[in-house]
Amino acid sequence: MADFLQFLFSGITVGATYALVGLGFAIIYNASHVINFAQGEFVMLGGMGSVFLVDIGLPLPAAIPLAVIATMAVGVALEKMAIEPARNASVVSLIIITIGASIFLRGSAEVAWGRNFHSMAPFTGSAPIDIGGAALLPQSLWVLGGAILAVLALKYFFGRTRTGKAMQASAFNAYAARLVGIDQRFVLLLSFALSGLFGAVAGILIAPISLTYSGVGVMLGLKGFCAAILGGMGNPFGAIMGGLLLGVSEAITAGYISSAYKDAVAFLIILLVLFFLPSGLFGKRRTERV
Amino acid sequence: MSFWQSPRGGGLVALAVIIGLLPLVFPNNYFFNVAILIGLNGIVCIGLNLLIGYAGQISLGHAGFFGLGAYVAAILTSNHGIPPLGAMLLAALLVGILAFVVARPIMRLKGHYLAMGTLGLGIIIAIILNQEVELTGGPDGMPVDSFSLLGWQPYGDRVWYWIVGGLLLATVWLALNLIDSPVGRALRALHGSEVAAAAAGINVVRFKVKIFVSSAILASLAGSIFAFYIGFITPGEANFFHSLELVAMVVLGGLASIYGALVGAAILTILPQVLTVFHDYEMMMLGAIMMAVMIFMRRGLVPTLARLLRRRGS
Repeated sequence: MADFLQFLFSGITVGATYALVGLGFAIIYNASHVINFAQGEFVMLGGMGSVFLVDIGLPLPAAIPLAVIATMAVGVALEKMAIEPARNASVVSLIIITIGASIFLRGSAEVAWGRNFHSMAPFTGSAPIDIGGAALLPQSLWVLGGAILAVLALKYFFGRTRTGKAMQASAFNAYAARLVGIDQRFVLLLSFALSGLFGAVAGILIAPISLTYSGVGVMLGLKGFCAAILGGMGNPFGAIMGGLLLGVSEAITAGYISSAYKDAVAFLIILLVLFFLPSGLFGKRRTERV
Repeated sequence: MSFWQSPRGGGLVALAVIIGLLPLVFPNNYFFNVAILIGLNGIVCIGLNLLIGYAGQISLGHAGFFGLGAYVAAILTSNHGIPPLGAMLLAALLVGILAFVVARPIMRLKGHYLAMGTLGLGIIIAIILNQEVELTGGPDGMPVDSFSLLGWQPYGDRVWYWIVGGLLLATVWLALNLIDSPVGRALRALHGSEVAAAAAGINVVRFKVKIFVSSAILASLAGSIFAFYIGFITPGEANFFHSLELVAMVVLGGLASIYGALVGAAILTILPQVLTVFHDYEMMMLGAIMMAVMIFMRRGLVPTLARLLRRRGS
């Protein structure tokens, strides 16, 4: 039982990161129907950025917001410089552009910061808390708390604010939203800024647990993508559930079956979802207009 | 106008002449080595371009098929004593079946689904190659028995150059024929509009699956030959980044252009060799090239240049 609890804790912690990354995918997908393969690099930029800022002498509470803002700026720049000029491009072209952006950002990070692994001090101590025989890291609570806070903020933003409602409206029907005067270009920019925010937050929260390096975004990004698909592409709530589910299944596979194949679980689930449940767990079935 | 006088057929003759003449100017074996790698990448890219450029579907897992072709052929020859050519064909068959099983349900879906499916499959293949240490040697890689056919063993870069050159010509010829056949016209039709193609009586799913399986088999064959030529393989051949490199080659050279795929393969194979000084910047540049080509030159190098030349000519 203690084992199971332990796996559950680590699964939920990692799953919360996947959920945040998946949320970023969903937000951009809703605003533009672009799958942003550079999402994982936002995670890397958040983590590496804070490590770098702490290294040059900034205190952690100052480094974190700065790294988040910088990542959001990268997101906005990506939209402005790469996605907007390629409007009307096909799905395949857009996928290739965002993959190019991802490789470019990762390459730039390698040039700037090298390929070494960096560790970040936990926010509040590293003495594990004992719950039913299982150890829970204080940082895990930060990850969970951060993820819950981010989700609540997003819910408030979409449900209560004018801008958030405008984004929701654009996701439902971009054309109709434009007709009632919602600036689509602003919505697009905002969606990239927001997913930069969520990516960076995920990267910073998980950095003290899993180390960070210039290539950390590849797997985290792809798994966040799996989370978004599993939950039903374009459904923010689904992305969160998908992320948690993935994290827990990974931890349980690693614990009971084989830690070597832990990374394969997410991708196996994706193939199964594509075969049997293409609209995901919480997605709506869509019929296509011609 | 016969096939040989058409621009495409003429291109094939030109390609044959280039392959035939290049050895005259190659100063040493290193050049043969790079040329062989270009040829092998070219074969994979031609197949991949049929899928991306003509069928409008993207695969982010072709390195997985390449790696599987390499490993299955290597394991069958080394551990089971199957003759190399037979092992190669068995590997191709296995990859073909795998591609078919995966593609059949996915191809019914639209848009980015194939990208996700192939991505997942490619990564799973790479993980298996890394983890099954007893079978594959794990991350350290494994040695491959040398190729032999009825007692004949190709030895040295020069011999392999002619083998790969011949295979490349055969691949180009097959691909050119394919796109001018009813299959090719069907593919172009479904790239334009799947609904219209379906209305015209084309079995959209079947064609897409066919082309996906063919391109996977080409990648597998190229992978097997790579294994026998290099003599030592690592799971790196199958990883996600290699899949992205292959897509970058196709995009840079030109979507829906057979020769474009070849030019893209040549440029991105040579570039890292020339820029060893800039080794640290390689990844950055690859990303920048992919973005820039897709934004400013959406058709890729060869189609864009061909268009410019034609405009100047008229």
